[in-house]
Parts: sequence; structure tokens; C-alpha cells
Amino acid sequence: MPKYVMVIDQSRCVGCMACVVACKRENDVPPEQFRTRVLEMVKGEFPFLRSELRPELCNHCDHAPCVNVCPTGASHKEADGTVQIDRSRCVGCKACIAACPYNARYINEEHGFADKCTFCQQRLKVGLKPACVATCIGGSRIFGDISDPKSEVRRLIEDNSHRVLLESAGTEPNVYYINRYPKKLS
Amino acid sequence: MSFSRRSFLKYAALSAGGTLLAETPFMGAKARAQAEGGKARYVPTTCEMCFWKCGVVAKVVDGKVVKLEGNPLHPQSLGKLCGRGQAGIGLLYDKDRLKVPMIRTGARGENRYKQASWDEALNYVAEKLTTIKGKYGAESIALFAHGSPGTYFANVVRALGSANISYPSFSQCLGARNVAWELTFGEAPQSTCERVDMANSRVIVLFGTHLGENMHNSQNQEFAQAVANGARIVVVDPRFSTAAGKASTWMPIKPGTDLALLLTWINLVITNGWYDKDYVNNYTNGFDKLAAEVKHYTPEWAARETELPEHDIVEVARALGRNAPNVMVHPGRHFSWHGNDTQRGRAMAILNALLGTWGRPGGIWLSPKGKLAKLTEHPAYPEPKRDSVVFGDYPFAGGEGLTNVVRETTISGDPYPIKAWIVTGTNLLKTMPNQEKTRKAIDKLDLLVSIDVMPTDTVMMADVILPECSYLERHDGLFGIETREAGVAIRQPVIEPLYQSKPAWWIGSQLCRALKLDDYAVKGTWEERMRREAKLWNIDYQELADKGYLSIPGSAAPYFTADNPPTFKTKSKKIELYSAELEDESFAPIPKYQAIEQPPAGQYRLLYGRSQVHTFSRTVNNQWLWELFKENQVWLNAKEAARLGLKDLALVRLVNQDGINSEPVRVKVTERIRPDCVYMVHGFGQHSPAMTRAYNRGADDQHLISKYKIDPICGTTGMRVNFVKIVKEA
Ligand code: SF4
Ligand code: SF4
Repeated sequence: MPKYVMVIDQSRCVGCMACVVACKRENDVPPEQFRTRVLEMVKGEFPFLRSELRPELCNHCDHAPCVNVCPTGASHKEADGTVQIDRSRCVGCKACIAACPYNARYINEEHGFADKCTFCQQRLKVGLKPACVATCIGGSRIFGDISDPKSEVRRLIEDNSHRVLLESAGTEPNVYYINRYPKKLS
Repeated sequence: MSFSRRSFLKYAALSAGGTLLAETPFMGAKARAQAEGGKARYVPTTCEMCFWKCGVVAKVVDGKVVKLEGNPLHPQSLGKLCGRGQAGIGLLYDKDRLKVPMIRTGARGENRYKQASWDEALNYVAEKLTTIKGKYGAESIALFAHGSPGTYFANVVRALGSANISYPSFSQCLGARNVAWELTFGEAPQSTCERVDMANSRVIVLFGTHLGENMHNSQNQEFAQAVANGARIVVVDPRFSTAAGKASTWMPIKPGTDLALLLTWINLVITNGWYDKDYVNNYTNGFDKLAAEVKHYTPEWAARETELPEHDIVEVARALGRNAPNVMVHPGRHFSWHGNDTQRGRAMAILNALLGTWGRPGGIWLSPKGKLAKLTEHPAYPEPKRDSVVFGDYPFAGGEGLTNVVRETTISGDPYPIKAWIVTGTNLLKTMPNQEKTRKAIDKLDLLVSIDVMPTDTVMMADVILPECSYLERHDGLFGIETREAGVAIRQPVIEPLYQSKPAWWIGSQLCRALKLDDYAVKGTWEERMRREAKLWNIDYQELADKGYLSIPGSAAPYFTADNPPTFKTKSKKIELYSAELEDESFAPIPKYQAIEQPPAGQYRLLYGRSQVHTFSRTVNNQWLWELFKENQVWLNAKEAARLGLKDLALVRLVNQDGINSEPVRVKVTERIRPDCVYMVHGFGQHSPAMTRAYNRGADDQHLISKYKIDPICGTTGMRVNFVKIVKEA
């Protein structure tokens, strides 16, 4: 069984939001709600500034607090490592939304269920990468099966120092961040 | 959307090796639909959310367009679309679209119209045009255009006997840049895209070019690749742009002093021997004169003039020299800044020449070989009886014409009256500086016709509004696409036009018929014409329609090689460091620095630029882009904000040097900008209530750009010459 992860190379992100719009169209996300976002954070004082571009989404945690608190079992972990929501079992109680430390979930107001990034399950089923990855202008979002030693994600994680968001929360995320910038000219 | 197991297996079997997560396999649109066996249909076409011409594959389910993806075969998209491209569906299904032809019944700008049938509207326009032509001559009819619709109306205007056709893309955008490079290298640095070889570059210098915010698809893909390759990025910009965040050196230059920095770099490269000597000896002329002319531009002087650290100035010049020729000073795109823009462009081109970047890996690649023949199916256009005014008195004005001169002529009636404007694909009030002049000119018109998709501010001034369908509902092209290779792309309807909207080719063609200019109308449908064009080019139309893009084998020749020796289309057949052409017209043959006016105390220079999710004012009403960026803000340096007692998001007005007030707008208090200027994203402050989402959101920078400075060489309008003060809104 594959174990799906996303690696985000922040040095390559150009902050273009193509991923955000692609996700909305692919997954029919309601107006003004989002399954993924891209933050631009600038630190320092003029003219000594540093910026960070950080795409964020559901971390598909191995120790997922949302799954633990879900009273109906709607939120669950699947064999491929992804966290999914069974819409028919969701009662819209919002416990998962409160439990998620990454602010990754929302209630689909139209239909009343909790919703979030699925790693585009419908695309994975037909052999396509998630919509945000497929259209990532910077080539910043890289997706694959970490259990495959030859996969690009595995190589990136092995070759680069990396981090996850809110490691101390103990959630064991499956979205890894690397930052290979700046490299020096030879 | 669901896929059955069976259809998945079929699909996977067709994709690369049938493995999960193969790179998106490209199949022709038909094969993909068949493989999935579901109800989705795929149509390859060409994006027009901006003018980069990316290849799109549209997915249609039950007659609805549900998703747009990048065409992997197309070199401008490489399988991806930017946010705007993804949001094309938002334009297609925008409830505020123009839906029926309309004829004005109230005063101009009063928003009172009656609906009309196509016949009625076209006959009305034809009658008016005929009367105007009879009374004032054909030359009194002018066209303003942007994008593919322009083609069809240029045909109408030329057939009527006028050549007063102008595109703001020259005068208000990249004209001066192209003229500068044509004077230097004999050619503009752009084909379908800027010909920058970023993927192979070791040092990339950007002057204000804010990649990441200016979202031309493949160029940004390549920029990210350059960053990942470890290329050194240098960003010269008064504002810490997204691109500056990728730079190892951000040079927050004092606005308007770019030429001081460029001339100093030229001097440093020459005096330290950091230039490419063989290249300069073999391919350029005027080196000695250049060396003598730039000698006095020292780094100490430049540091004072530009307010940049002297150390950085010298160090970047050294990095360029050390890594030459695999470096570039990016030519930029929007170039109408200060009215001395051709000379700034000349300095950029000269610096590139000294570093030997033209035709070298990591520099400026060469346009592909072989040109596509032109298909002409109408009789020659009548020779206009009076010369067009579109070049003004500017010896180097480009073929796209000067919008500003047409506007002046419309106001003055000199040398002859201009009484009809046809406007398509451009929102002139938001595009041209000095809105008062645009309004004044419109007041002089007997006829203003707008052909557009959305009810923009300019459209709502028109006497007749003709609703064009969006790019997803029409044929255009064929498009010759010149990237490193040459190719051909197609635009074809993904669905039939909604409401009563019509493709621009049809509107133009019917207008020809209504004007009794039948010989200039399209023979049959535009698609039939596209087939004839494909035949002329030896291209299988069916295959093109199925794949969206076909490359022309053997056309790529990006670098100088033994088989591809340097040739330059200048008069001297060399790179003109010293421009005899400019000298002949009494302009400086080598750029000279002249300080420009700086804002008085208490005022800030107004800078403007782009958001990554918007194209000028064209996309501000699009649901999927609007929700990401609803209104612009005024970027103000944090120390200045503290001095003025302004907190982040405070509501203010900007008042410019002519006493013009902006709409209320929020302040973005930031470290990311110099203290002597403010910045806002262009395109906001829509006054047309018919654009329900965008209406009255943010402030209109163009409203504040009442002053502009014309470049004497080519007539383009420098627009970064306005100063504003900030007034707290009660
Ligand atoms: S598409 Fe890629 S480059 Fe663009 S914002 Fe998203 S992660 Fe960054
Ligand atoms: S850059 Fe974006 S908006 Fe422009 S043509 Fe390409 S996908 Fe469309």
C-alpha cells in the first residue's frame, strides 16, 4: 500500500495562488472557503528583509486530532495514509474543526458536512496528482509515495533538511517543508 | 464526479506504464475522454485571461465547463495554468457579463440603454459610421484594441479606409523597451514571450519586473527553476516584491534613478575589463565612444544618486562580469515609467551586449527559424486619403500606434477630426493616463462602440455595446507561437456562446456586411478559414484541434553556434552601442543621465503594479479571483506611517499634485517599501455598478495618474511621475 505525502520546497514557491484556485475548481469548494492557502510572511526592517512563502493544507497527520475527536467515525485515516471524511456519517458537530491545530477544516455551509483537503482522492484514483501539485507554477509542491524508496518525495526528504508544522503538537504530519535557498554559485 | 473501476483501469493502461501517479499523460482530447469512458469531454484551446497565450485543456461535463488545466504540449503553459487561467470559468459564468446588444438612450455614462437585436445594433453602427465617413472622411474612424478581437476590427477600419489603429500595449506598456532593443540589436527581446533563458542563467537582474506578482506562466516556471538551480537573483525595485524575497541582493533604488545605476554598471564593466571582449570586438560598434561617454558615472556618484550601497553596486557588476555571458539584465515588460524610457531600455540593452548575453545560454535566446506565411483572403485595403495620426511626431513610434496621439487628435480635431472610436479588449479609462482627457475626447465623438465581455467603466460610456463571448466560446487564430521553438496553437469553443454574445470574428464580419464591404467579410466561418490557414502551413487541422498545439520540428535555434552565426537586423548589421539612428534624429546616441523631478516634502511618488491573481482591470469581477484579492491597498513605509499616525488598514484618500482625490482606500503599513513612494495594485476602483463584485472596491490608480511624461523618442507615456499626499479619511 502506498503512503502518500507532500513535500513543499518553499524556495521554489512564487506565491502565485495557482494551487489555491485549482483546488477550488477541482473540488467545488464553496465561495470564500479554502482547502489550501499560501502565506507570504516578511520579517525584518527596511531594507534588511527576509520573506517566507508557505503553502498550507491538511497535513494528513498520522496522529490526527480530528480523527480522535470525531464522535461518529466520519473523519478517519485510510490505508494510503490520507485522512478522509465520510460525508454520510458527518453530523457537522465541528469537533474536528476545533481539534485541528492547522486550521485546515471548514464546514461546507451548503451541505452541512465538515470538509478539507483530500489530496484530491478522485484524481489519485485515476493516476493523477492532486490538482495543486499538477498546476504548481513553481514546482514547489511535490507529491508521491514515501514508502517507495525510488520516489521523488523520498529522495527529497532524505537529501534535504526538512521540518513539519507544529512538530511539538505530536500530530506526525505528512506534509514536509524543505527550503533549499539560497544555494551558492559554484 | 466519479470514475468507475473499469474506466480507471482503461485509463491507467493508456497512461505511462499504467502506474499510479504517472506524470499527467498527454493524450489527445478525444483519447482521454474515451479512456475515462465517463461523461467528461476535453477541449484543448488557448487562454485569454491574460495575453501569454497558454494552452488550456477544458473539461466539460453535461455542457458545463468544470475545470481548466494547462496543456502539457504547449510551451507557454507546460501542463500548468496560473490562478487567473484556472479561474477562466469565473469569466465564462460571470452573472454580470454583457448578454445582449445595447444602444444608449440616456446621456453618456448615465447607464441608460435599450436592448437591441444584432441586426438592429449592427445596422445602427454601420449607418453612423457611413455618415461619419461621408462627413469627415474615413480617417475620422479610429480603433483601440488589445488581444485577438483587435484583428477583426482592424480589418473593418482598414476596409473603411482608415489606419488610425492603436494598441495601448505599445504606448502604455512595453513600447519603449522594444524600440530600445530594436535600436541596439535590431530586434525586440520578445517573441510570444520575453526571450530570457533563465533556466540556464547564473545571474539574473530584474529591474522592477515583479515575477510572482506579474504571473506570466512559463516565465514564472522558469524563474522558479532558476532559483532552484542556484542562480543569483538581483532585484532592483523600490519595493520588496515577491521576487525580491527570492533575491540574494535586493536593491531598493530611489525611484527614477535606474539609468544612473545602469550607466555606472556599464562603466564598471568596461573599466574593469568585465565585458566579453571577443563578442564586443566582433559584433558591436561604438565601443570607444561608449567607454568615453560613461567614464564619469562612478560608483560613489551612483550610490548618492540611487541611494544604494556602493558596495552592492560594485559587487553586482563584478558578479555579472564573472559569470558573463551566462547572465542577463532582464529586459522587463511594462516600461512606460518616467518618459525617458527608451534611453533606460537602451542602457539595459547595451549592458547585455557588453556581457555578450544575446544569443548565449543563460542570456537572451534567439527567435526560432522559419516564418509562417500570411493568409490574405480579401482585396487590398484602400490607401487612406490622409496619413494616420498614430505615430505623432515621434520618429520611433512603433507599428502598434500611439493611443495618446489619437486621443489628442480627437480632442483638438487637428489635423482632422476623429469622430468615431471602436474599442475592444481594452478598458481605456483604466489604461490611459489622465482620465479627464479620455472623457473629453469621448465627448467629442459622434460614435463610441464597445465590443467586450464585461460591462467595464469604458464599455458603460459607449453608444453601442456589442457583447462578445469569452475566449472559451469562440474560434481565434491560428496562433503562431514563438518560444524557443516555433509552433502553432488553436483557440476553439469549449461550449457554444452563452446568451446572445457572439465571437468577435462574427461581429467584425457582420459589420463589414452591414457596411457593404462584403469582400472583407470572412468567407464562411472563421473555423473554415482556420482550416485554410492550416493547409497553407502544412498542418493537420484535425490533429491540431485534438492536441491544441503542434510544434514545428527543426525550428529551434536559441543560441549562436557555428551553424547559426550571429546576424543583427540593425542598419550597421552590428549591435549598436552607439546609435547613429538616434543621432540622426537629434537624440543622444548613447544614453545620458538626467535626474528627474522628485516629490516635494510630504508627498510620495505613486508606483503601481500587479497582483498575481489579476490582469489589469480585466479580472476584478471574477468570483474566483475576487475572493482572493478584493481590493487594493496603499503600501506605505512603516516609519512614514508612524510619522503620519496611520495604523495598518487605516482608511485614507490620496490626493495628487493636481488636487485629484482617490476613492477611500486602506493603508498597508509595511517595511517592504522605501519611504519616498507608495505603491498600489493597478486596476481597482471600478465605477461601473454593473460589475457588482468589483464596484467601488479599492482605489483607481489611473485616476491619480493625471500627469504623464511622453518619451520624445517613441511617444510612450511615462506614468510613474505623479506625487500624492495621504489624507486620513474621517
Ligand atoms: S502554485 Fe506552487 S508556486 Fe504557486 S503559490 Fe502554489 S505552491 Fe507556490
Ligand atoms: S499566464 Fe495565466 S492567464 Fe495568462 S494565458 Fe497563461 S494561464 Fe492564462
